[in-house]
Amino acid sequence: MHKEPKHISQNKPKSDLKIALCFILPSLIGVGIFILIPFLDVIRRSFCGAMNGQFVGANNYITVFNNEAFKLASKNTIKFIVVCIPLLIVISLALALLVNSLKKKNEIFKSMFLLPMAIPVASVVLLWQVIFNKNGLLSAGIEKLGMAPIDWMNSDWAFWILVASYLWRNVGYNMVFWLAGLTTLSESVDEAAMVDGANGWQRLTRITLPQLIPNLFTITVLSLLNSFKVFREAYLIAGQYPHDSMYMLQHLFNNWFMSLDIDKLSAAATVVASVILVLILFLQKTWESED
Amino acid sequence: MKRKVTLIILAILSVVAWLPLWLLISGSFMPVDEINSTLGPVLNETEGFARWPLFPQYLDVRPYVQLLLDSPEFFKMFWNSLGMVIPILIGQLLLGMPAAWAFARFKFSGKKILFTIYIALMLMPFQVTMVPNYLVLDKMQLLNTRWSIILPAACSTFPIFIMYRFFKAIPKEMIEAIAIDGAGPFRTYIYIGLPLGAPGIISALVLGFLEYWNMIEQPLTFIKDQSLWPLSLYLPNITTDNLGIAIVASVIMLIPAILIFLWGQTYLESGISVGGLKE
Repeated sequence: MHKEPKHISQNKPKSDLKIALCFILPSLIGVGIFILIPFLDVIRRSFCGAMNGQFVGANNYITVFNNEAFKLASKNTIKFIVVCIPLLIVISLALALLVNSLKKKNEIFKSMFLLPMAIPVASVVLLWQVIFNKNGLLSAGIEKLGMAPIDWMNSDWAFWILVASYLWRNVGYNMVFWLAGLTTLSESVDEAAMVDGANGWQRLTRITLPQLIPNLFTITVLSLLNSFKVFREAYLIAGQYPHDSMYMLQHLFNNWFMSLDIDKLSAAATVVASVILVLILFLQKTWESED
Repeated sequence: MKRKVTLIILAILSVVAWLPLWLLISGSFMPVDEINSTLGPVLNETEGFARWPLFPQYLDVRPYVQLLLDSPEFFKMFWNSLGMVIPILIGQLLLGMPAAWAFARFKFSGKKILFTIYIALMLMPFQVTMVPNYLVLDKMQLLNTRWSIILPAACSTFPIFIMYRFFKAIPKEMIEAIAIDGAGPFRTYIYIGLPLGAPGIISALVLGFLEYWNMIEQPLTFIKDQSLWPLSLYLPNITTDNLGIAIVASVIMLIPAILIFLWGQTYLESGISVGGLKE
């Protein structure tokens, strides 16, 4: 047996570049054709005029950043993400801790809370309309309390309705992630702390939560990913031009696309893509320095 | 005692989570005249407030019969949806499984950068990739065909992210044991990777089905011809035309999604704890 050569190759990092390429290439070609290469064209267009295609420098970017609709949509989108993601993470963690404390019989609750993610948006649109219409269920409820009915989707409440809808749909999936993390924790440390006289809150914040941190990256990324999908609800309920409080970047992009403002759209797409790229790099850095 | 309180809290929250589904199902059996009187204030703008009873006055299956026997366009859209979702999922698996395997099990230079790009692409909302997609589809003359939906979606990097975590969780020893038997990387992938990573593959399939069964933005942008639209985009249009079958149609659209979900939900949970991007 020639053990030695194998030993040497283990010392320096072994690269499987050729084999890896065989596996990745199909996907890479697809991604290249449909996104990466055309995106280079989008970046080029973001510096060109819409009509004649002449180089206009940063003009499109200046137009976009001065555009009132863009300001409103960015503000709303950022607000939505900043409100929703922490809310979703905390609520789903609380639920997971509750469900986990049951030990037995918690399977049923997993299914119960996961189910909303399977319900198609188109199926619930009618129901949402009936609930949030001026003459709808919610207005009927507050009228009983002596308040005037509200046209919810055309008020500042619209934003919060989207938040609620996002939470309803996504809380179960996140909860399952937390639960998976919770089941891998060792109980002996927890029990030792209990013997040492640590109370429930101390054990939670000092022992349980720190061990769950590795799960946070995946949970945050998936929560962010799903936060962009509320556009479906927003669009199907309120159409292209909803109430100002829920006018998102997705609406704006859609409307610019319809009116063929490719120059502005290219600049805005480049901006949003850069922000997402920076965000993901930042998240990655944060989590890598954790351990 | 504490357990009881927890159970009560969870039960109340579950009811809240389930209420919409219950209302839809009970509503689908409501007789048409009952719908008109209870939902009239919202849909026909009659006086008063809408109500949505928890139980219909009596079970009426006529809306179901009407939809199933008398609405050819509904079925056309239903098949349109399947005709997009199934090829998308097949494409995602063919492209995604080997890529996810490579990210999870091979060492090569540039892997980290490439994987970061893949995650960033997965996070891009449709509206950002819409223009690049549009430019290519226009060049390929695929706009206004179902391939304009299928091809870009098949290249999505999301299933790779999902499967990666499951492939990564397969113990090294298990793979090395096989590798010693002289199997090359391809046989290892097919005989070890795919069977052991099956929960991840099913997870990706379930999430993919729910995603594309729900598709709104893509067909809205790339398909002008309404007869090619999937159900998810067409359904909201039924409401105004025919209230009686609108709720029934909502329920029927829901059935495949729920079935797939029930079939695959245990796989969504297993292997999920392997997070992060650890090398």
